[in-house]
Amino acid sequence: MDTFLQQIFNGLTLGSIYALVALGYTMVYGIMGLVNFAHGEVVMIGALTALAVIKPLAAAGLPGPLAVLGGIAVAIPVAMLLGFCIERIAYRPLRNAPRLAPLITAIGVSIVLQQLAMIIWGRNYHSFPPLMPATVREFGGAQITDLQIIIVIVAGAMMVGLLLLVNVTRLGRAMRATAENPQIAGLMGVDANRIISLTFVIGSALAAVAGVMVAANYGIAHYNMGFILGLKAFTAAVLGGIGNLAGAMLGGILLGIIESLGAGYIGDLTGGFMGSDYQDVFAFFVLIVVLIFRPSGLMGEKVSERA
Amino acid sequence: MNTHAKPWQGIVLIALVLAALPFAVGLGMGNAWVRVLDFALLYIMLALGLNIVVGFAGLLDLGYIAFYAIGAYLYALLASPHFGLHWPTWAILPLGALVSGLFGILLGAPTLRLRGDYLAIVTLGFGEIVRIFLNNLNSPVNITNGPQGIARIDPISIAGVPLSKPLEFLGLALPGVYLYYYLFVLLALVIIFISLRLEDSRIGRAWVAIREDEVAAKTCGINVRNVKLLAFAMGASFGGVAGGLFAGFQEFVSPESFSLMESVMVLCMVVLGGMGHIPGVILGGLLLAVLPEVLRHGAAPVQKLLFGKVLIDPESLRMLLFGLTLILVMLYRPAGLWPSATRKRELSA
Repeated sequence: MDTFLQQIFNGLTLGSIYALVALGYTMVYGIMGLVNFAHGEVVMIGALTALAVIKPLAAAGLPGPLAVLGGIAVAIPVAMLLGFCIERIAYRPLRNAPRLAPLITAIGVSIVLQQLAMIIWGRNYHSFPPLMPATVREFGGAQITDLQIIIVIVAGAMMVGLLLLVNVTRLGRAMRATAENPQIAGLMGVDANRIISLTFVIGSALAAVAGVMVAANYGIAHYNMGFILGLKAFTAAVLGGIGNLAGAMLGGILLGIIESLGAGYIGDLTGGFMGSDYQDVFAFFVLIVVLIFRPSGLMGEKVSERA
Repeated sequence: MNTHAKPWQGIVLIALVLAALPFAVGLGMGNAWVRVLDFALLYIMLALGLNIVVGFAGLLDLGYIAFYAIGAYLYALLASPHFGLHWPTWAILPLGALVSGLFGILLGAPTLRLRGDYLAIVTLGFGEIVRIFLNNLNSPVNITNGPQGIARIDPISIAGVPLSKPLEFLGLALPGVYLYYYLFVLLALVIIFISLRLEDSRIGRAWVAIREDEVAAKTCGINVRNVKLLAFAMGASFGGVAGGLFAGFQEFVSPESFSLMESVMVLCMVVLGGMGHIPGVILGGLLLAVLPEVLRHGAAPVQKLLFGKVLIDPESLRMLLFGLTLILVMLYRPAGLWPSATRKRELSA
């Protein structure tokens, strides 16, 4: 039972990070119908930028959590600017192009960002200093650190904030209108281009925070971290029903828990034939099964909640 | 130039160019470049296979490299000391096409209802699953030898003559890369021929109909399920054959060669060249296979020439330029470098 609870805790932490990144995918998809394959790289740039700020701040004697906050405060605007530029350069000129053209530019952007990060930060793995409180708490036989609790709470707060933004504010209404039909929204006085830019910017801000979380959680950051994370988050977004905000959150958390449980139990389930190396197989397998029975994801049919 | 050139003149010309190409490349730039050419031909075969799925039938497949992997590992297992089996090449390649085709159906069957990006993520997952299995099937029973891969694979041989050794011919020793080149050119031509014939066939038109509008295609009496499965199977079998050739050519396979990035590369070839247009896809395959090599060899000397020293690591500069090329080509030619006439009309309309 304690393994079970332990894996649930780990899964929740991982899942809330996935959910934050998945929101970026799903917002862009909801509004423009395209998969922003470069989103994972925004997470990576966010993490590495934050780290570059955190290290000197911590070395100057600032208390750990403050240094991390400082890092996040720099990483968010950088990621926002990056998101803005990506949309301007790689997507806006192709809005009426064949469907796969923006996919290729996204892949191009992703390669370019990775290589730029490698030129700036090098090929090495950067360790994330243990600045956050890592007190271990016992809970029902399982262990959970303060860091994990903070990650879940911050991610949860950001998700609630985003839901409020989309569902309550004037800007959110404009976003929903643009997602529904950009032309009609334009007739109603919504500047669709501005809304699309804003969507990218907001998604990138979430991605930057998620990047810092990943780096703090694993204690490591490197130029190649965005790709696999982006892949997982995209999987989560599809699992929940891409284009749907609540779906992305549900998908992210489910995927995190499935992965953790898979890693913990796959050996027992297969009689020792498969080890925890197969945890990704497990995640993708669940995805495929879900899509067979619900071809548009778990919450994909509630079109009205699109943003 | 005679404007009423007979078709056979063109064919003879192309044949001469194809026959002379490795000599021009090999004597001008060294045999390493003939090897690049060999790989380019393998990529062209792959791109043509993926073109059936993505270009003709409009099914976005992000895990295509899995079929290449299946073909390659099948060859590796049946013709290497790993299991002590040494099947003849020409028994393995058709088997590879068959097995890959079956896997294509295996992937296609559960995903028939999925569209667009949902299909993309499932195929991507399938590709990753295959790679993870190849990476981990070394315990408890050692089947794939895990991350180390399988080495000392038998080279491809024709009538008992292995293509890996130089062939004495008219007092001239033809190195292995040349022999592989001619084999790959022949097989690529076969695949091109099949693709061209498929495009104009009843099946090919059914694929295009599904791509354009699935519901309309169904109401026109097309059996959408079977036709889609056929697209998956045909595309996969091309990949399987190319994979077998790859294994015999490299004499070594490891899971690394079949990462998601490779699937993405093949997709880029198809889209960049001109989706659904066979000459465009061939051009895309050739360009994207050769361009990274040119950049790899050119990156360091050009920097030396311009700045007097190597400023940026050539490997990352090469990828940087490659990424920029993808972006720029798509921005200026969103339908690909060489789109089909119909597609051009659709876009300008």
